[in-house]
Amino acid sequence: MRNILNAIPDQIKRLAIPVALVIVGFIVMRHFLVPADFGLYGRYRAGAVDETVSRVTKYAGHKACAECHDDIVAVKDKSYHRGLECEVCHGPGALHIKDSGGSRLSAPKDRGYCPLCHEYLPSRPTGFPQIVSESHNPLKPCVSCHNPHEPTPPSAPKECEACHAEIARSKARSRHGDLACTLCHKTAEKHKTDPRNNLPDKPTSRDFCGACHAEDAVASQEVPRVDMATHGEKYVCWQCHYPHLPER
Amino acid sequence: MDETACQRREFLRQLLLSCFSLGGILAGKGTAGPAVSRSAEEYDPRSHSWGMGIAIDKCIGCGRCADACKKENDVPTGPFFFRTWIERYVILEGGEVVVDSPNGGLDGFKLQPQEKTVIRSFFVPKLCNQCDSPPCVQVCPVGATFKTRDGVILVDSKRCIGCRYCLQACPYGARFIDPRSRTAEKCTFCYHRIVKGLVPACVEVCPSQARIFGETKGGASPLARFMRMYKIGVLKPSLNTSPKVYYAGLDMEVR
Repeated sequence: MRNILNAIPDQIKRLAIPVALVIVGFIVMRHFLVPADFGLYGRYRAGAVDETVSRVTKYAGHKACAECHDDIVAVKDKSYHRGLECEVCHGPGALHIKDSGGSRLSAPKDRGYCPLCHEYLPSRPTGFPQIVSESHNPLKPCVSCHNPHEPTPPSAPKECEACHAEIARSKARSRHGDLACTLCHKTAEKHKTDPRNNLPDKPTSRDFCGACHAEDAVASQEVPRVDMATHGEKYVCWQCHYPHLPER
Repeated sequence: MDETACQRREFLRQLLLSCFSLGGILAGKGTAGPAVSRSAEEYDPRSHSWGMGIAIDKCIGCGRCADACKKENDVPTGPFFFRTWIERYVILEGGEVVVDSPNGGLDGFKLQPQEKTVIRSFFVPKLCNQCDSPPCVQVCPVGATFKTRDGVILVDSKRCIGCRYCLQACPYGARFIDPRSRTAEKCTFCYHRIVKGLVPACVEVCPSQARIFGETKGGASPLARFMRMYKIGVLKPSLNTSPKVYYAGLDMEVR
């Protein structure tokens, strides 16, 4: 052994010192820099898997909803929306399940939400129920006609539309879309069988429209108001405005 | 002469032995360490192999998956950060292909008039393909992105140095840099959900069941049925990444 050491040239021995220092330095640095669990399962830190696993779940899953709301789920499971899970519309529900009083879920009621799925797009698969929301009862929230838990399309009231489709089409797009025809037109039952001899009437006084549009009228804030004393006093309202598709 | 040869042999033997012992020290350092506690105790990653099936003909392009993904995984808002998103493909006469994805499809799609005749049009949900031979894992210089034992590709955000190699390497554009941590981010198949027996958030909310999640190996599962039922394709098969996101009704034009 001594012979071997003697046989090694001096410069090699001297070189061995920095080499050994580098190796030791590498081992020491590696000890501090590489996490303890690195390489346990592969070339990665095993703890990273647990960190990912420990993330908070926000969507509870459809089974969790049915535990309390079984009545609604029972209705929904027989409807066209049976494949649609509750949290799609009501949002993530894990917090609500933990604390049903503190975290209440909401449901989107505006007309922008349902068209995300049901607005007509040529890229959508054939047969998927779609509408053109611009002409499909605009201004009416979807839930006023469709129950989202049982969305079978209701049959539209066709009494007047059957003959006056062109008026119905305009009216459906207008701000007056929610008003029944008979609110303004008193119509005798006989009009259906003998229309010409039993014509419906139309408002004859300015006060009829004023019931909603006068400045002191009891109506929604959104209804435009006019001063009945000064606003076009000579005319009945419908002589200037078209009530089936009024301006604005 | 003979003696020198013997000495040389002895020297080499010693050198080799010391190399081995040094290697042993280094390797030992790697495998030693505290036993890692599993938070989902009963979950055994070795008995799973996850995959996703996407039926393109069922996708209605509502973007609920992209929305739920952002909510479930705290993905930053803004139209650049998506773990999953929807693309609309419009194939025009003459072979021209128009692809758009406004805000990842999260706010839905608007009617888009085309000047040329449309041959066909459809939606393609996209996400990390959880490749079996992942290029992103190969290029990561620090072992921050890796394949778990159940085949899901994850990112270790504590280890990631934000060098963006993996963003370049991913052929599917599935990765982004989180502006808050400045580390790489991507779909994890909702790993925190699947270990608890839940499905990923996008699969949970898909209204038309266009997304199917399950085991790629083993017996009957929703995914196994999906794979038997449809003609299956994967994105960019020529790259040999072996994706585990399987598309049914995949058009040649989809990249």
